[in-house]
Amino acid sequence: MVNILYFASFREALGQADEQLPAQYPTVDALISELALRGDQWKQALLDNANLQIAVNHDVASRETAIKSGDEVAFFPPVTGG
Amino acid sequence: MPKAEELYPFIKIQQADFDLTTENSRLRQGHKDIGAVVSFVGTVRDINEGDEVAILELEHYPGMTEKALEKIRLEAHDRWSLEASLIIHRIGKMYPTDQIVLVAVASRHRENAFHAAHFIMDYLKTNAPFWKKETLPDGEVRWVDSRVSDKEAEARWAV
Repeated sequence: MVNILYFASFREALGQADEQLPAQYPTVDALISELALRGDQWKQALLDNANLQIAVNHDVASRETAIKSGDEVAFFPPVTGG
Repeated sequence: MPKAEELYPFIKIQQADFDLTTENSRLRQGHKDIGAVVSFVGTVRDINEGDEVAILELEHYPGMTEKALEKIRLEAHDRWSLEASLIIHRIGKMYPTDQIVLVAVASRHRENAFHAAHFIMDYLKTNAPFWKKETLPDGEVRWVDSRVSDKEAEARWAV
């Protein structure tokens, strides 16, 4: 399984904070393509979003990053701390 | 799994306020070779994008945020000769004039501490997973947008 987390405006727009999916996606990009099929909100947040931020196992990642079972993948908007 | 505060003793993410004097003492504890301490405190403004702000709420990514802050802190130690440093960032609900963030850096000579504190803040702004949500006096709630000026501030430290 892959643990998927959504933060801030993503969590609100997508209506969930986390979920688990079978580890059948070789890369973040493949996972996004699957999630984007769920509807417009998902497509807008993950697929058509030039500002999408991605982390895999607490490190900054990209669409090309490989994922495997047990990984934690997070999607979020640009950060605004400080 | 060790707790974040054991893994990263110089990183604190907390709801509670912090006391500058206490934290500066903690930073300098055990060091007699420190000649300069630079502390930056970020506070909640009552105005953003031209609108009055009543409440500011900070969200973070537990686990990744601590790791990202420690990475920034260690990068500062690589770039400048520093004796000690610490970062405290508050989360949860805050109000205008409240303290949000503390970056404190100690070095033998002031130049390194000034540069390192500035660097850590600029990097924190664009690299640590925190998100701000503000509530206006009329009850409107909105996520704060990232600023181009923050990316430009980070870029000045490019090597």
